[in-house]
Amino acid sequence: MGRYARPSTLTEALDLMAQGGRRLLAGGTDLYPGSGPTLSGDILDLTGVDRFTGLEPAADGGLRIGACTTWSQIADADLPPALDALRVAARQVGGRQIQNVGTIGGNLCNASPAADGVPPLLAVEARVELVSPRGIRDLPLAEFITGPRQTALRPDEALAAVLIPGAAFTGRSAFVKLGARAYLVISIAMVAARIVTEGGRVREAAIAVGACSAIARRLPVVEAALMGAAASEIADRIDPAEVAAALAPIDDVRATAAYRAGAAAELVHRAVNEALA
Amino acid sequence: MITFTLNGTPVAVDCPPTERLTEVLRDRLGRTGTKVGCDAGDCGACTVLMDGAQVCACLVPAARAEGRQIETVEADTPELNRLRDAFLRHGAAQCGICTPGMLIAATDLLRRNSAPSESEASEALGGVLCRCTGYRRIIAAVCDTGDGSAAAPGTGAVGASLRRVDGMAKVMGDSFGADYAPEGALVVKALRSPHDHATFHFGDLAAFATRPGVAAVFTAQDIPGRNIFGTIPAFADQPAIAPSPARFRGECVALVAFEPGTDADLAEFPVTWTPLPALMSPAAAEAPEAQAIHPNRPGNRLIEGTVRRGDIDAAFAASAHVVEGAMQTGFVEHAYIEPEAGAAWMEGDVLTIRACTQAPMMDRDETAVVLGLGVEKIRIIPAATGGGFGSKLDVSLQPLLGLVTLKTGRPCRMTYSRGESMASTTKRHPAEMRGRIGCDAGGRITAMDFEGRFDTGAYASWGPTVANRVPVHITGPYRTPTVRARARAVHTNGPVSGAFRGFGVPQGALWQETLYDRLAGKAGIDRLEFRILNALRNGDHTATGQHLASVGIGACLEALRPHWARALADAATAPGRRGVGVASCWYGCGNTGLPNPSTIRLGIKAQGALVLHQGAVDIGQGANTVITQIAAEALGLPVEAFELVGADTALTPDAGKTSASRQTFVTGRAAQAAGAALRGAILRLANAGDGASLALDGARLIVTEDGVPRGIDLSALPEQGHGYVLMAEETYDPPTSALDADGQGVPYAVYGYGAQVVELEVDPALGTVRLLKITAAHDVGRAINPALVQGQIEGGIAQGIGLALMEEYLPGRTENLHDYLIPTIGDVPEVESLILEVPDPEGPYGARGLGEHVLIPTAPAILNAIRHATGAELQRVPALPHRVLAALDTGR
Repeated sequence: MGRYARPSTLTEALDLMAQGGRRLLAGGTDLYPGSGPTLSGDILDLTGVDRFTGLEPAADGGLRIGACTTWSQIADADLPPALDALRVAARQVGGRQIQNVGTIGGNLCNASPAADGVPPLLAVEARVELVSPRGIRDLPLAEFITGPRQTALRPDEALAAVLIPGAAFTGRSAFVKLGARAYLVISIAMVAARIVTEGGRVREAAIAVGACSAIARRLPVVEAALMGAAASEIADRIDPAEVAAALAPIDDVRATAAYRAGAAAELVHRAVNEALA
Repeated sequence: MITFTLNGTPVAVDCPPTERLTEVLRDRLGRTGTKVGCDAGDCGACTVLMDGAQVCACLVPAARAEGRQIETVEADTPELNRLRDAFLRHGAAQCGICTPGMLIAATDLLRRNSAPSESEASEALGGVLCRCTGYRRIIAAVCDTGDGSAAAPGTGAVGASLRRVDGMAKVMGDSFGADYAPEGALVVKALRSPHDHATFHFGDLAAFATRPGVAAVFTAQDIPGRNIFGTIPAFADQPAIAPSPARFRGECVALVAFEPGTDADLAEFPVTWTPLPALMSPAAAEAPEAQAIHPNRPGNRLIEGTVRRGDIDAAFAASAHVVEGAMQTGFVEHAYIEPEAGAAWMEGDVLTIRACTQAPMMDRDETAVVLGLGVEKIRIIPAATGGGFGSKLDVSLQPLLGLVTLKTGRPCRMTYSRGESMASTTKRHPAEMRGRIGCDAGGRITAMDFEGRFDTGAYASWGPTVANRVPVHITGPYRTPTVRARARAVHTNGPVSGAFRGFGVPQGALWQETLYDRLAGKAGIDRLEFRILNALRNGDHTATGQHLASVGIGACLEALRPHWARALADAATAPGRRGVGVASCWYGCGNTGLPNPSTIRLGIKAQGALVLHQGAVDIGQGANTVITQIAAEALGLPVEAFELVGADTALTPDAGKTSASRQTFVTGRAAQAAGAALRGAILRLANAGDGASLALDGARLIVTEDGVPRGIDLSALPEQGHGYVLMAEETYDPPTSALDADGQGVPYAVYGYGAQVVELEVDPALGTVRLLKITAAHDVGRAINPALVQGQIEGGIAQGIGLALMEEYLPGRTENLHDYLIPTIGDVPEVESLILEVPDPEGPYGARGLGEHVLIPTAPAILNAIRHATGAELQRVPALPHRVLAALDTGR
């Protein structure tokens, strides 16, 4: 039988991490299905660590979301319109049972190309706070996820929190997810868009697409093309070829690559319109 | 030691901290009401409340339950009790395997919101999958948990929407195959082929057998009897444990029995695999250079079924309009929420196997062959079966359990993992179909030419049935004077294709019903009117030359007329790309031109107990209730007076398999006859006429005629056998005849009919389809229990939706319930059921079968509605968004 620990303080957690060799457990909604009949090895359960759970304001006016904060906690939180995409995504991660235990940090560390949490966080310039016995560092989310099922997490590190800068608390955001059924959807494609307007025209746009490339991506060229656009001009400003060029979709059991590219452009259009509405 | 509160009571458990909470509840605390469907959080069957919030217990480490409040289906709370009653009132539980999860998820909702809307109920229950009900009754129940006093349980017999006689067990957490094993049972695990086709050899098995925890190891060499099973004896070809080579991914090649409580790990089992080229499509299997998967089946052809009637070339030459087209379907997984599970033990010298099944007598007979035992040495006790839909007709773990107990003398148990269940058990046959249909200038069908190739996978299973059923049914319920129809089953190294609700007929309907829409267009006739014009009528002959006397399809289609007109008008005026489609079904009940008798025993004991030996396995469809209602009607005593002895090869006469929509019809007729015979015996004893009424009063049977009661003292009567003082046992076998070389004959004694109208909306930019409403008209002859009829209709429709829009099993890629998509609670729209009763002279009280019919029209009606909405003509299902969009682009 492996060892199991569920520390309540960061210090205890770091001590255990310093000993090495432990698998980190958050909600367990990815770890258990991926582990066969039993969850083997020495386990460090992070869900009891106080600094790892809950949402709190950050000094820059932004938000710190503990890595073990559940999707239900996020969905029920009082968040600004810039985080509407994140809140909507939180209610689309599996069913309620998953949302009640699955965590934002686990979603990022699992690093699935179809992770629902990633596009909404990319759209608000999220960073991740990584802790280890050696100290704390933070990275842009875009640099944290390095490939399918791959992250920049070092062997002795844990993801402690997601940091959303206050500067990104502007505008409104929207999240659209495309699948072949109503609930328990694994995305064919998904888009988060955050739009800041001034005088009825787009002043700032942040658009991220998931499940259409190995890592969810922002679309800077498409964002730039939207600058200064009025709502009525959005359709003309989104060039499907530019959306496709920014992505690298694959054929899989859910859809073809060509379909994904086209659907992504359509979803970008819809998400931007919804964020503008 | 981990301590928590379980349903209000403190409990303490000594277990590994990362053990799944499901295992803690079920294995350590014996609370088996919480079910395990996938161990991956995909199905929600294991939903429990943790501090009031619904969670999947399979994903909760035991240590995290420390100090928490855990509530399960065994709880006694006001919300749960109201929900239980509502589920029973609304018929929301069919097989019962998802019911605990549904009840708990709904409890979570009701505590937050005591009067939820439909959409709130859907959202809260979205994480629990159900494969039987189509979810609509569940939503209705969750939205109607009032005190229920207005809707007292119904009374009466035939025609009454009685609550299920076995419903209470389902809402308490019924006992399925995984929920019982004798103390000390060995845990059996199968080693399965990871390759589609591979030779293998074993290393030092004796050394593996001496490892700590390993009780015994078995391979094909240890099979004492004939290592072959198969549902159709003439085609039986499947080994219980395969010798080399393995012919499909998932095939069992060895068994290990582990001591209870040890780590049942096969990771280091000494086996070496050598993959061989695999034939993964019928085209590859029929190529001239292809090796025969079974040496006695050249060209990898298992069988071809044919129906020929009339001069096909002349009929097409004389046709005014002809359409030609193709249709392709994939493997479809049954995806019942209960993976196969069971246990075995010895009762004296009788090997007793308790497991999920649809066919206990077939299990007994096939296990007897494999184990080299006489059938009298095997007893099969069906556990509550958590969905079957055809796959649990074939044996799965029965011979494996039997082998271990027979060889070790010890009890054992086996539970398939979700992946194991999906990889190793049968699938719906993938079909490649093409052909043409003609009509005259007035739109009357003149001729049909059809060819279908069905991928029957590595072994025969029900391939012959599919090959025979498809040509018989391929015309649909339409008058078609000239027919040439051929369907062949071809072996591949794919999963074994077997029985799945409709035996190939749903695939055929996708081909013919989409072509009929095009033919109606060519003839310039409304699509519904085209079907009414061509509908089979009394006195018509089928393609097999069978004369029909009681045909309900016309009534079904005509009943849809006002709905069709309303739907077309709505679609024309609504914004968006709305479409309306219609399709029909017919389906012969029972075996195709082969005997399939059922026997029912009914008796009264000296102390007054009225006992019905009802061997028709109830896998959720409701046979326990329906057969009791029929027996009650025929006998003249109320349903509540009956004690039910459920299917058990030691206790019930053979009522055949729960398959081919035959139980209400065939076993129903036996029950009707048994009820009538027992009534006759009672009336003779009382010297009373048929108008007399019966009542049971303790050990006295009261026969009242013309207001004059007469008591029969049951305790004074001599015993007649089986412990009964009054008894009847009756058998019914439908009158059919075998088909000749041209497929001519009387394959079925009874057919059922139906038609469905689908309304939907297509998103033309994304190719997604949103269903708005389905109106289903089904002629059931006589609705023995209308609520159960409605449940079957809604459940069949849900599976038809899956076939049409999302389900496609790919070996090695979709062996779980998150990559293999089945409809969720949000995917089944409002269903309006129109239950028609055109009595069938052969059926009990006129009743026809229903179970498979209800699935057949849904998928083609969806494709027809997509075409109506967009012009897109799909020639392959499922109509995934990318396929719809591609078809749309082709049509543009």
